[in-house]
Amino acid sequence: MAQALFGQLLIGLINGSFYALLSLGLAIIFGLLNIVNFAHGALYMVGAFAAWIALDVLGIGYWPALLLAPAVTFLLGVVIERTMLRRLYQLDNLYGLLLTFGLTLILEGTFHHRYGNSGNSYPVPEALAGGSNLGFMFLPRYRAWVVVVSLAVCFASWWVIERTRLGSYLRAGTENPKLLQAFGVNVPLMFTLTYGFGVALAGFAGVMAAPIYQVTPSMGSNLVIVVFAVVVIGGMGSILGSIVTGVGLGLLEGLTKYFYPPAASTVVFVAMAAVLLVRPAGLFGRER
Amino acid sequence: MSGPPGIEEARAAYRAGLITPRRKAAFFAAMAGLGLVLPFVVYPVFLMNVLVMALFASAFNLLLGYTGLLSFGHAAFLGSAAYVTGLVVKVWGLPTEVGVLAGTAFATLLGWLIGSLAIRRSGIYFAMITLGFAQMMYFLVVQMPWTGGEDGLQGIPRGTLLGLVPLSNRYAMYYFVYAIFLGGFFLVYRTIHSPFGHVLRAIRENEPRALSLGYDVDRYKVVAFVISAGVAGLAGSTKALVLQFAALTDVHWHRSGEVVLMTLLGGMGTVMGPSVGALIVVTMENYLAGLGDWVTIIVGGVFVVGVLAFRRGFVGEALRILRNFPF
Repeated sequence: MAQALFGQLLIGLINGSFYALLSLGLAIIFGLLNIVNFAHGALYMVGAFAAWIALDVLGIGYWPALLLAPAVTFLLGVVIERTMLRRLYQLDNLYGLLLTFGLTLILEGTFHHRYGNSGNSYPVPEALAGGSNLGFMFLPRYRAWVVVVSLAVCFASWWVIERTRLGSYLRAGTENPKLLQAFGVNVPLMFTLTYGFGVALAGFAGVMAAPIYQVTPSMGSNLVIVVFAVVVIGGMGSILGSIVTGVGLGLLEGLTKYFYPPAASTVVFVAMAAVLLVRPAGLFGRER
Repeated sequence: MSGPPGIEEARAAYRAGLITPRRKAAFFAAMAGLGLVLPFVVYPVFLMNVLVMALFASAFNLLLGYTGLLSFGHAAFLGSAAYVTGLVVKVWGLPTEVGVLAGTAFATLLGWLIGSLAIRRSGIYFAMITLGFAQMMYFLVVQMPWTGGEDGLQGIPRGTLLGLVPLSNRYAMYYFVYAIFLGGFFLVYRTIHSPFGHVLRAIRENEPRALSLGYDVDRYKVVAFVISAGVAGLAGSTKALVLQFAALTDVHWHRSGEVVLMTLLGGMGTVMGPSVGALIVVTMENYLAGLGDWVTIIVGGVFVVGVLAFRRGFVGEALRILRNFPF
């Protein structure tokens, strides 16, 4: 019995790391650009497909893909920001959500048209195959790797944003982009790079996820809705808050899957309702 | 904030004397008359589809266009009402009217539940919350034993209206749907133009000011949400009878996005906009249905272009052109 419980908790922890990676990217983008990036899930899917195509067509393995896929989504993000999002900054932020929603349909439709609905499996890299028996549970090595690396990337992002000069520009831009520009910082370029970085995190999550889940065109959009709920629960004000909330909700899902499986897909939304009742601004949020 | 650009055009058209009460009455009378003869010219089932989606989009526009609230989960009301109607009419074998009332009542109640939670956050969070609850509804529908899961609830009988008129006749069904559409549309229209509707617009344009004038903003928002959800439910119940089928796609987030697209394309915050948008989107999907995945891609493309270059919508653009046209 304990085996199953720890197994579910591990899956919860993995899902939670993905929630954290994605909600972190969403929070960074929203903080500076004031845009809710619905396409985040679609770009996560593009990252997973980039890794899969690289292996299938070009024979490029997991390790280069770990850099290649985020690079692909980064470039895609730069193009999207430069050609489209840029025109919306003066408008109500609902237009940003609608535009990225349209992009999601285009990306998903294209991949669905080309690769169909059936899942494509991506092999676990050899160096991380197998696992070890911890006594109370069996720990596949790749899954441990995913948790450790995702959280490391999350904390590295936190460190860059909170502790470096570049990060201080980003925080200043979030507070007041006009003033920052007056100090001679190239704010439009910063907007582009920030969007690119945010969606590169999504692409990175996509490669990490490819060996665990099936690579399908719809893998992102179902995830992004849950991540939105995570963002509502945690509030987008704090970076550490996004990480803690993401991992916490992943674990909550894992526990629910063990104790009452039918509620596993809805428990995050129930948690969202509960938070809205008790603490409407979110666990770590400040109402803006 | 001065509201969506469609409404700016409508306002300018009023000021320019383009829209007068008499012209408006003549226009609505002409449209209502057109609706009476149209089924003899165009395939009635297609028309019914347009009417149902137009009602859905009009209900949605009450929130987005007139209250400034973007609900990204309106499919929850359309879809759940369709399933409840299917349950009442097919599984329980009750009369058609009871089914429609039950579906509408369910959506209204659901609207009150979701609305009172979602209005606790504003702006973009509101959209994310409604999307989340709609997704929850989707999972619940998939899991319930009587909904038919992925296949949907099929073979819903249309029954007879008041035990007199058999609705299996496509013309009888059309006029039944048309009456429901006119009723729902009138309800939305009256809400927009009532003192209550003016308060909603005040909230959209400047919420802190409306609050400081002593309006209980949260209560107005919830009531608007409930009306919108109820009318969306009415549309969903009717849709289930038209297609004799409650489909999982009607609870899916694609449907929630589609109604935003209809409203955006037709003209946010204009009375006729959502209906025009529904006509365009339903026609487009009808003719492109054979293209498979391309439909999704094209709808996405229309979305992107609409947001970037066509924010006034068809009605907004038409009003702008008419205004610059000397009569």
